[in-house]
Amino acid sequence: MAITLNINGEDHEIDADPQMPLLWAIREKAGLNGTKFGCGIAQCGACTVIVDGNAVRSCNTPVAAASGKAIRTIESVSENNDHPVQLAWQELTVPQCGYCQSGQIMSAVALLEKSPDPSDNEIDKAMAGNICRCGTYPRIRAAIHRAAELSKG
Amino acid sequence: MNDMKFTRRSFLQVSTSAAGGLMIGVHFPGMVAAEGHGAAAEINAWLTIDPNNIVSIVTPQTEMGQGAFTAVPMMVAEELDIPWENVRHVFADANRHVNNDNLYTTTSTGGSTTVSRRHPYMMQAGASARERLRAAAAEAWHVPVEAVTAKQGWLTAQHEEQGTIQATYGEMAAAAAQITLEEEPAIKEYGDWWLLGNDVPRLDVPLKTNGTATYPIDVEVPGMVYAAAMACPVPEGKLVSYDFDAVKDMPGVIAAVELEQTKDVPAFTDLRSGVAIVAESWYQAKNALAVMPIEWDYGRGASISTESQDAEARQLLAQPGTLVLDEDGNIGKNRDKGVNHDAVYGLIEASDRQVIGEIYHRPFETHATMMPPCAVADVKDDRVDVWTFTQDIARSLNEVADQLGRDTTNVFLHQTYLGGGFGGGYNMDVHRQAAAISAAVGRPVKVIRSREEDIAQDSQRPPIWGTYKASLGDDGLPEALAVHVVGEEKFPVFTQRSNADMPYLIPNRRHEYSVVQSHIPIGYHRAPGANSNSFFTEQMVDELAQAGGWDPLEWRLKLTEGHEPWQRVLKAMKEKSGWTTDMPRGEGMGCAIVDSHGTIAGCVATVAVSRRGQIFIDKLDFYINSGYVINPLAAREQAESSAIWELSHAMFGGLVIRDGRIVNTNFDSYPMMKIADTPPEIDVHLEMSEDQWWGGLGEPTGPPTPPAVANAIFYATGTRIRSTPMAQAEL
Repeated sequence: MAITLNINGEDHEIDADPQMPLLWAIREKAGLNGTKFGCGIAQCGACTVIVDGNAVRSCNTPVAAASGKAIRTIESVSENNDHPVQLAWQELTVPQCGYCQSGQIMSAVALLEKSPDPSDNEIDKAMAGNICRCGTYPRIRAAIHRAAELSKG
Repeated sequence: MNDMKFTRRSFLQVSTSAAGGLMIGVHFPGMVAAEGHGAAAEINAWLTIDPNNIVSIVTPQTEMGQGAFTAVPMMVAEELDIPWENVRHVFADANRHVNNDNLYTTTSTGGSTTVSRRHPYMMQAGASARERLRAAAAEAWHVPVEAVTAKQGWLTAQHEEQGTIQATYGEMAAAAAQITLEEEPAIKEYGDWWLLGNDVPRLDVPLKTNGTATYPIDVEVPGMVYAAAMACPVPEGKLVSYDFDAVKDMPGVIAAVELEQTKDVPAFTDLRSGVAIVAESWYQAKNALAVMPIEWDYGRGASISTESQDAEARQLLAQPGTLVLDEDGNIGKNRDKGVNHDAVYGLIEASDRQVIGEIYHRPFETHATMMPPCAVADVKDDRVDVWTFTQDIARSLNEVADQLGRDTTNVFLHQTYLGGGFGGGYNMDVHRQAAAISAAVGRPVKVIRSREEDIAQDSQRPPIWGTYKASLGDDGLPEALAVHVVGEEKFPVFTQRSNADMPYLIPNRRHEYSVVQSHIPIGYHRAPGANSNSFFTEQMVDELAQAGGWDPLEWRLKLTEGHEPWQRVLKAMKEKSGWTTDMPRGEGMGCAIVDSHGTIAGCVATVAVSRRGQIFIDKLDFYINSGYVINPLAAREQAESSAIWELSHAMFGGLVIRDGRIVNTNFDSYPMMKIADTPPEIDVHLEMSEDQWWGGLGEPTGPPTPPAVANAIFYATGTRIRSTPMAQAEL
């Protein structure tokens, strides 16, 4: 069935099973490969995107549920890789293998949009759905605090 | 700096680059023994200086977050003396390697060896290029070569008539390609470095903050279809039949492809018996596969379970095992030549200060790389293109050629970034699956493993069970020690050696091993052997110290006396960590120290345990001696990473086998450490001996972390945790 998805401000008409997870529409239909597949059951966060301002696991969000909403992926975070979260991630050399980092960054962006100067507890809560097998957690925590500083200007 | 014997000229090949610059190939002599795994041994690389003064360095090792693509260029740039901004990393050409007598000598990436074993060659490449540039400038400017300096990408000389003359390396690169040196230069001594030893951010970091780094799962080929594959859920089992008719009308479904196992019991990288569904979308392929009726012959594994292996191991521990000796009849490496293993049992039996250990256990663990195994293959009549999860591009290329019965000249395996490796990229058959499926359907195919299929089929880290007996002398130190470790049958070397290699001087000791029956495939797993074994030995050491009335850190200092690399680390642990065993109830400090990959890593853990038994790891301090370090920033990153990697298994992991199959195959049942579980303070102290040896830094902080935490928990609670996952322990 025909479904319209608004991804990064652009409408994509796709023909898909309404139950198809948003992740596969983003990757296979819209051709945006920055969002990753990790577990398929919303346990690792590699697939995190922002839907209407909330960090969402796209691997178990049906396309039908995302239709008509504003979907944002890693590709929309900045033109030049210079969003405060990206700059902080680079400054503190957060990524190692990097595979989970699109999801980590989307969770962090969503957190900072709601809470510009989050506490460690808020960070723990907001980032609880994102696994990093390289164990970059100490740097992620520091980078979120740094991004909050950079955002203040 | 190093005592490696090589003839410098013998491994250099000089030619002109495609753009008219200087290209130097580095041919590395044999280093089989140094590799730590069975793959072919050496590496090779290419250094190109183009007329625009950009230096490109091909590293045939893979980048999986450990920093190979930065470390190798750093070593070249150090000698070449070129601004870091001018350095580029370039992917290697696996086809060229395989079909030109292993041009890069090896493409294998593991065992923490990229820097530790290869730095003399990379530095030599840089030095030799620099000297050719100087010689070319001297010739062009009619000045003696001594008058030409090479610094930060510029060649400079003072000419009697013309004054200061300058040219970029790039401008002189074509001429340098024609230079023959009478003698290749020596490489720099430690202390003369300008770039090595500094914090250098990895070159791949920016690509990984905007989603542009390409992993195998991101590769797209026109006309590509998707496949979900399933091998027998009980390893070693075989496909009997499947009913494609039941699913062929499901949306998007194109075909079913049987995956035929060519060997009775597959080696680790052979294609395993199974079946795949090909569809227009991976989601459709996965859904059809999930409901297609499939019949399997499970084989001998069906009667093996976690419980059956545990019972077998405990029985084996009650009997004598096989004595572990090296080929010269010695126990352990370096330190224990001449240790007496015959007298051990007699001494223990006769002693009135016996220490009888209980059984320690670590279960199977899995890699669960964040990118589940994935490969893209495009098999055509005249060529084959493959992108895959591999830590050895040449080996995988050869395996694809083998799978298809093709000549390697027409097989092209393209390097990508890896979404984690940790050893998981060695014993892998996903590229064989992709090649077989693409050949069968005549279209390019992307195979993605579901997480469940990944964990069910992965080559796992082996389990261990261990126990010991000892007797103490009048000074409270052990006079005799007998250790018995049980591993599994497929890869017993992990079990045999790691304990025997412990450095403590105990005059009479013996190490025995036994193996349980096991059908589960085994693979390298970020510090193979050392990780599971140290959980046992480094707690055993604390028990022995306590039984003898010794402080556990003082005990370790005493029994490594005269061994400077260990003393350096242990003294730092004592002086810098605020070490004490006298803390209020519910709080504790613990230590552990392990030598792995040529590096000694000590950990001091500070924990608190709540009244309800919840464990809080407040602080982890690491003290690392790898001899030298070229990039302290990358060293700290890897130290944090491998510690958290291993702590994740020790706190939350543990695979469970029932009726031969692994049952906890996703992150809901095989949980991972999360940000909230991460110790709030992790400090890494680099305590380098700077004394003629180079250790690896990708793995060594993992092994000491769980025993340090377990030792700390003991001092906090009086309860010793002898098996993992520790989060499930009753405290």
